[in-house]
Amino acid sequence: MDKSDIETIEIDLFVEAMARRHGYDFRHYAKASLRRRVAGMLDALGCTTVAEMLPLILHQPELLPSILSNLSVPVTEMFRDPPVFKALRTEVIPVLATYPRLNIWQAGCATGEEAYSLAILLAETGLLERSQIYATDINDAALAKAEEGIYPAEIITKYAESHRLAGGSLDLQSYFSMAYGFGKIDPAIRAHVSFAHHNLVADGVFCEVNMIVCRNVMIYFDTLLQNRVLDLFGQSLVRNGFLCLGSRENVAFAAAGRQFATVNKILRIYKKTGGEA
Amino acid sequence: MTHHPLEVVVIGCSAGGIEALHTLLPALPPDFPLPVVVVIHLSSGAPTLLPQVLQTGCTLPVIEAEERQPLRPGCIHVAAPDYHLLIEPDHTFALSADAKVNNSRPAIDLTFISAAEVWGAGVLAILLTGASADGARGMQAVKARGGICIVQDPATAQAPAMPAAAIATGVADHIAKLDEITGIVVSLCCISDR
Ligand SMILES: C[S@@+](CC[C@H](N)C(=O)[O-])C[C@H]1O[C@@H](n2cnc3c(N)ncnc32)[C@H](O)[C@@H]1O
Repeated sequence: MDKSDIETIEIDLFVEAMARRHGYDFRHYAKASLRRRVAGMLDALGCTTVAEMLPLILHQPELLPSILSNLSVPVTEMFRDPPVFKALRTEVIPVLATYPRLNIWQAGCATGEEAYSLAILLAETGLLERSQIYATDINDAALAKAEEGIYPAEIITKYAESHRLAGGSLDLQSYFSMAYGFGKIDPAIRAHVSFAHHNLVADGVFCEVNMIVCRNVMIYFDTLLQNRVLDLFGQSLVRNGFLCLGSRENVAFAAAGRQFATVNKILRIYKKTGGEA
Repeated sequence: MTHHPLEVVVIGCSAGGIEALHTLLPALPPDFPLPVVVVIHLSSGAPTLLPQVLQTGCTLPVIEAEERQPLRPGCIHVAAPDYHLLIEPDHTFALSADAKVNNSRPAIDLTFISAAEVWGAGVLAILLTGASADGARGMQAVKARGGICIVQDPATAQAPAMPAAAIATGVADHIAKLDEITGIVVSLCCISDR
């Protein structure tokens, strides 16, 4: 048995400790990514093996927030995959426009860029005033950043190109107040986004929504957990409500995926059909 | 000399990689017995029709590696742009949207490391032309678990930095020109345990 085989055992023990000591269940996360993240926090904790982290997890609960942050890396962008936002604009927004009120759930919001992108899209199509976006994540540090809505100016400049490719009309900077090399999201946009802690592994339905955007979150889950989450989405969506996944995500592997019909196959946009799974 | 039977071939390349793969992949015989995984860096905005591009001249099917799909013998799986490509213990693919590594997503290191974790000595890793140092750490991980490492001779690579960085770590079992590499691969994978 070499170091790598031993590490496989250590990761299992880590996951068990997190679940039983803190109630955070990573048992159904995809193994390769989880392993990389656990091994990736060794240095920060001053450990040379994963086994050395176990006493910290069990006996130093004050470390939990930073461990959770490391396990759920919040990497995101504004208008990531511009063609998706363009398709939302042309294929989904016209349908959403027929509702008098819109609730949108953006699950796995990380530091907020995607939620604000959706709000800007709604503003540009005249729907923002009747919309509320509920953006959720398990990473509290990321949620705190999302709440602030402050991003470095040079990143906003980079996102401006994606915004343009997504069909945006105004300059992206006009949705921020710029100062000292940072931009703060316009309060008129901010007012329509609420951020909250919600764990897709453990928590239930929290409101009825017309669209769910959950991109690049379920790729980290195994099929069993993906199935649970798709069930949760099915229960949360109104009939004919939309589901938008990440560019390389797929509902085909999970039984609960059967309640969704394809709207745009390439861009992974689906619609809840009448029938139950 | 007997080696643990090989179970997978992983290939990494960057600048000049498409041309190199156009030499390497068509030379694999139609009865090639192992799954092949290809990780190539693309500048964003490059065509995402990579599998179609690489299919030209190949007898083996070239497809994009999709999440939750099992690796198939005799199939060339190409990493999707803008996601890291990992392999699960049950020999299916997993994608990751984590931050870039070595300024790249997909990063060659991550795919090689996860292949080494899953297959140990069953990995044959090949590192070709490229202008970064991605792949060197991955080659070390493959070597540490008893896998075999082939590196393109930097003198023959369109961009020598990447193969040179891997060679500098001292893990290369073979340093060879592209046309020699196919010969080595075929003899290691098709003949040894038959
Ligand atoms: C790669 S980011 C995706 C961000 C954004 N949706 C995008 O595509 O740009 C994945 C996010 O999922 C969150 N996440 C992971 N597990 C979760 C869970 N069980 N419940 C809710 N969010 C989770 C992470 O904290 C992280 O912020």
